[in-house]
Amino acid sequence: MTYRHLITLAGMVALWCGIWSCQPNEAGSPEPAPEPTTPGFKPTPMAWKKPANFPEPVYDLAKNPVTVQGFALGRALFYDGLLSHDGTVSCGFCHQPSAAFAHTDHALSHGIRDQIGTRNVPAIQNVAWQREFFWDGGVQDLDLLPISPIQNPVEMGDTLANVLAKLRKDPQYPGLFEAAFGTKEINTERMMKALSQFMVMLVSANSRYDKAVRGEGPALTDTETRGLTVFKAKCASCHATDLFTDGSFRNNGLPRIPTAKVDDIGRGAISLNPDDRYKFRVPSLRNVERTPPYMHDGRFWTLEQVLTHYAGGITDSPTLDPALKAGFTLSRQEQTDLIAFLRTLTDTEFLSDRRFIAN
Amino acid sequence: MKHNLYAFLIGIVGLVWACGRDTMTPKTGALALQFEHVVSAAPLTLGNATYTNAAGESFTVSRLDYFVSNIRLRRADGSEYVVPQDSSYFLVRASDEASRTLRLNNLPEGTYTGLSFMVGVDSLRSVSGIEQRKGVLDPGLGHTSGMYWDWNTGYIFLKLEGTSPAVAPDATGQRNYRFHVGLFGGYRARTLNNLRTVSLDFGGQAVTATTGPVSAVQIRADVLKVFDGPKRLSLAQKSDIMVSPESADVANNYARMFSFRQITPLER
Repeated sequence: MTYRHLITLAGMVALWCGIWSCQPNEAGSPEPAPEPTTPGFKPTPMAWKKPANFPEPVYDLAKNPVTVQGFALGRALFYDGLLSHDGTVSCGFCHQPSAAFAHTDHALSHGIRDQIGTRNVPAIQNVAWQREFFWDGGVQDLDLLPISPIQNPVEMGDTLANVLAKLRKDPQYPGLFEAAFGTKEINTERMMKALSQFMVMLVSANSRYDKAVRGEGPALTDTETRGLTVFKAKCASCHATDLFTDGSFRNNGLPRIPTAKVDDIGRGAISLNPDDRYKFRVPSLRNVERTPPYMHDGRFWTLEQVLTHYAGGITDSPTLDPALKAGFTLSRQEQTDLIAFLRTLTDTEFLSDRRFIAN
Repeated sequence: MKHNLYAFLIGIVGLVWACGRDTMTPKTGALALQFEHVVSAAPLTLGNATYTNAAGESFTVSRLDYFVSNIRLRRADGSEYVVPQDSSYFLVRASDEASRTLRLNNLPEGTYTGLSFMVGVDSLRSVSGIEQRKGVLDPGLGHTSGMYWDWNTGYIFLKLEGTSPAVAPDATGQRNYRFHVGLFGGYRARTLNNLRTVSLDFGGQAVTATTGPVSAVQIRADVLKVFDGPKRLSLAQKSDIMVSPESADVANNYARMFSFRQITPLER
């Protein structure tokens, strides 16, 4: 018996005692005991890399490190119609990989029983850098985002509680959760974290523009470079940084469509601030060529239509963005050059990445 | 090897001794808070029972749910014991008899003369990560999912629903009213803050948390006061109050719906 043995033993005794006598009686308390961890459980880390021309991410990857198993579970969930009430609509039903996880077939979102929503399906790309989600920014945490489409009656139309119950009864999911998190337990936190692991991996940073910026590929052509100059002068105050959005909410002067079923006031419905009426989140322009239709209501089907709006269709209103208020112009030549530039933001590696496709 | 065995036995004896003496923790006790739901003088009956609000409108109540959180117990000298936050989130539902009893365990043994609690879920927890949303705060828990807004992230602090002939019929012919009050002040942009703290004094009485029989602080919640407080509400004027400025009026009213009744032994 050495001195070291004694110290170790004393330490163990003290620890035991501490655990025993300090254990709170949780009966009647709403908080469940922490999850038991499985000894020896070690999922395989999956590399997540910040592109050199990107800012620091918003999502805390240390809190939910991406693993091969967690990503695979997230992908399985993403493409599973089980997440909807009648089994027909998965996340991937509307968020299609070849459209940067937007939906090019529909101006407005398409849900169970052929219901049509009120807004255009947003792309899912570079969400690790996104502070607020949806056109109105109603959700501020990627880990809470999927609850909304799952429970929206005109989207997946189920309840999270019921989806969790279905996952628990499914033959494959308990095993997938065990591989990702160490035990077969299926709960809200694990489901959301797996979906987040899949979504934070959806990084688009290998367009021709990116490669030119990082000196990895050919420089932009003359037309594209002229377009970039116009972009920097007239668009980049909102579509800022190499994420091509500043994440803010703005009214870009879309005229009210008199026949529209709803008068969508966007951000105003979330903040209840009259100054936010008709403001919507500035979308990223990455892969913009591949994500038609455009605007929160999908009213424009081509980039030409979008630029025609900015060139002469801006409608004044009390909350119109100051940058668009008076004297905003875009000549024909500028529009042509801009479109050439915007096409350099198409990231074919991302759009065809086999890791992101249902298997 | 033999020495190791002796050392182990000594360790076990030490462990039993230390734990038996309970020197590691101060003495703790338990208390209960019990909510009683009434409409003025009558007990609240969900369903067909009709009541009349201060605006003279007849109404029924089909649902009354609310979060109680951040409980603090006050001592006679004015000092407070703050119930650890993780043990301090409760969802009270008029439809669930068991949910109206809130059991507080591991309280420092002592005597308390008042308390305060928040109606709703504090702003910090309202913006915390998914791993902080357990128990009644889990948006994936069946009965609580109706108390979480998924499209405008946040909890519904209090939900009161029912019918009233004062309400114009909706598309299905129902004359429903719905008060869903939430909004914690906003994540980045400021929004309404409808969090309200209720402070109750036990009127000279005191409740003791001991290891012995558990006492219950009886608290009455009067539904009538949701309609009539700092602002008198009319269902004919507005029957659906959710994410709108009027939600603050409902919150100001329901913050005054709670009153201390008495201290009793906890009936089991």
